[in-house]
Amino acid sequence: MAGAMLKRIRTQIAVFFAVIGPGFITAMVDNDAGGIFTYSQAGARFGYLPLWTLAPIAVLLVITQEMNSRMGAVTGKGLSDLIREEFGLRVTFLVMALLVLTNFANVMANFAGIASSLQLFAVPRWVSVPLCAAAVWLLVVKGTYHSVEKIFLGACVVYAAYIVSALLIEPDWREAALSSVQPVLMLDPAYIAILIGMVGTSIAPWMQFYLQAAVVEKGISEREYAESRIEVIVGCIAMVVIAFFIVVACARAIWTTGPRDIREAADAAQALRPFGKYAYLLFSAGLFNASMFAASILPLSTAYSVCEGLGFETGVNKRFREAPIFYWLYTLLIVLGAGVVLMPGFPLVRMILLSQVLNGVLLPLVLIFMVMLVNKKELMGEWTNARWQNFIAWTSVVVMIGLTLALAGITARDAWG
Amino acid sequence: MAELLYFTELVGLGVHDLKGRRIGRLADAALVPLIDSGRIDRYLVGGGWAWLTVRHEQVRSISLDGIHLRDEHLTPYHDDEYMLRIARDLLDQQIIDVDGRKVVRVNDVTFEIHRENGCEVLRVLEVDVGIRSIFRRLSQGVLPRRWIRRLQRPVAPNSIRWEHCNIVEPDPRRRLRLNISYRMLEEMHPADLADIVEELAPEERGAIFETIDSEAAADALSEVDPKMQASILESLETGKAAEIVEEMAPDEAADALAELEEATSEEILEEMDVEPKAEVRELLEFEQDTAGSLMNTEYIALHENATVADAMDALKGNQDLLENLSTLFLIDQDGVLKGAVPLGRLFAVPAAARLRELAAGTLLHVPAGEKQNRVVETFDKYNLLNLPVTDEEGRLAGVITADDIISVLRQR
Repeated sequence: MAGAMLKRIRTQIAVFFAVIGPGFITAMVDNDAGGIFTYSQAGARFGYLPLWTLAPIAVLLVITQEMNSRMGAVTGKGLSDLIREEFGLRVTFLVMALLVLTNFANVMANFAGIASSLQLFAVPRWVSVPLCAAAVWLLVVKGTYHSVEKIFLGACVVYAAYIVSALLIEPDWREAALSSVQPVLMLDPAYIAILIGMVGTSIAPWMQFYLQAAVVEKGISEREYAESRIEVIVGCIAMVVIAFFIVVACARAIWTTGPRDIREAADAAQALRPFGKYAYLLFSAGLFNASMFAASILPLSTAYSVCEGLGFETGVNKRFREAPIFYWLYTLLIVLGAGVVLMPGFPLVRMILLSQVLNGVLLPLVLIFMVMLVNKKELMGEWTNARWQNFIAWTSVVVMIGLTLALAGITARDAWG
Repeated sequence: MAELLYFTELVGLGVHDLKGRRIGRLADAALVPLIDSGRIDRYLVGGGWAWLTVRHEQVRSISLDGIHLRDEHLTPYHDDEYMLRIARDLLDQQIIDVDGRKVVRVNDVTFEIHRENGCEVLRVLEVDVGIRSIFRRLSQGVLPRRWIRRLQRPVAPNSIRWEHCNIVEPDPRRRLRLNISYRMLEEMHPADLADIVEELAPEERGAIFETIDSEAAADALSEVDPKMQASILESLETGKAAEIVEEMAPDEAADALAELEEATSEEILEEMDVEPKAEVRELLEFEQDTAGSLMNTEYIALHENATVADAMDALKGNQDLLENLSTLFLIDQDGVLKGAVPLGRLFAVPAAARLRELAAGTLLHVPAGEKQNRVVETFDKYNLLNLPVTDEEGRLAGVITADDIISVLRQR
């Protein structure tokens, strides 16, 4: 009796580890250079106060990600495939064009993150950026999906660096815990902008495409879906936990000594210096890891989504000549994304802000398509949303659209107003 | 040469009655494959409240300037299940390019305009993929049709002839009504078919394996990635799954079944014939990653006293093994392995010669429990094409061939 139960638990754990990967990786990559910057900024400027947004962020994230992995498991098709089949070529083309632009800006931001984090280790950017770009390109073109996924899962572990570095500088845990459950609203435009920014950076359009494609690629079936759902939820929670420690670290290191704005994520690492070498080193290493991770995944995910949606040959197991558009797109995103960071006088900050605006334009589209698709009986069968799921899904969509549009508006005003 | 017309051009063309008045615009066109697999049978015209159906013999002429009718008795549009509608069922969907051996997505369709019995009909010539057809789709309705034709000229066309297109339809009843068969797929090389199947969604995969004959299905399934093999077998009816597994080489069959849940693989085994079932069951007993799980039980073994003439008879009696056979094995009356004879040597000696004299100098073999890694090393060290596997008493249990080793190496 007990033996049988033990065996059942063991197989369940085994299945969990068999499906682990897509949800976890997606959630982790979400904490990329842009995300870390936003969380650092939140802590630096407002201390522990913004922590309460993390719980609702986790909920929003779980709801959107769950729909994606469910669609992937049930239909066996990627999101761009489904959009193409159900909404036609023109809509797909529009979505893909926006996706390429947004993701290009994101790639740039992450190469900038690589440059500034390695500068903290005294590596000049004209060395670090080309080397990392080449490494990223080779990793995917020369590796197999299996080995690449293992490397990615390894990279997920490095995010623990943030937890350790926050522990090292001894923040005020009582206040952190209190602020996490106590919503505080102030009519300070900067505060509101930060709150919106935190939500906005945590749900990005590329994630929906990447996660669903990864679930399909992994061959997760309806039967294994229960485990896959747990994986998605665990991933989202882990992502929010990391964000929590970033905010807390910056609250302790910057806000308690004097609240101020930071210019980039590397500034936050600098601020940890007085608290000891290790906290500083870990924070910088974490930033490098996150940037590198996102810079590896974004170009690949973009090339996959675009080629699948528009019907070009895709796949890293094809030769260059068989899938030219796939490889060109992938290569150009990396080369241009890295090249721009090296260009002196390039308006990088403005470009990154622009990416957030584009994000805001694209995300509502993607979310609406997703909820429509997940409710199609002929695609999803018995796996369509239940009524309560639809209620939550549409509410989240409306909230997300409102917030991202507000964020896009604010950034556009700041940058050009 | 007949004139060409793209589907993107056809949609939106004005439809005119006998007096030249426009009654509506073309919304979609449909084939009825049971009648004719390539001719557009009906045109669906939008205008006013409901769609109208125009039968192909009611059309006098079709050109970029519009469609002119020669008969005005039009009926309201009814959906019927024998119709394959181009915009609804073909555009933007995935089809199999049998000639190019890949899965493609349809951007546009090219028709030829033919004259038949005083009316002009459209026949599907090609399905268009690639950049040129994407350009047509994007500019359709935005630019005049003739401009689009001119502007697209520098881009090379990328099309698949209609005869080489295979539509994938998961619903078996609809497949019958639309006259879709997968016979063309059976002719393909199993490895190519496996690649195609891997690109499709699970439902469509199941549809193909359900329909093609068990032998072709078994060959293709052997080439598919192990995890996907399991999900395909699971999605099939047990009877069909058993038929396919029976046709597979026993070692491949055992590998595929080993990936399944025990209850499912047991059900499939129950449905199988006695002989293949016993062989597969035996192989399933071996632990994964051992020589026993790699080996195949299809081989030719003769008594150690046999002659070349006996060997020739044995070969004639095992026609189905000949394609990949390179070695004969010698055993004694208890089945203990005594020697291995390279096939080529049979041809250099008289028919009365004893096989024992032709056997290779050193007899290499591994026990069934040997670790997979050691087996691979042995293959590499001695440059082997195959290696016999023996049980505890030294009896011949099976043979590992080089292609099994390549699969092992590929999966690392």
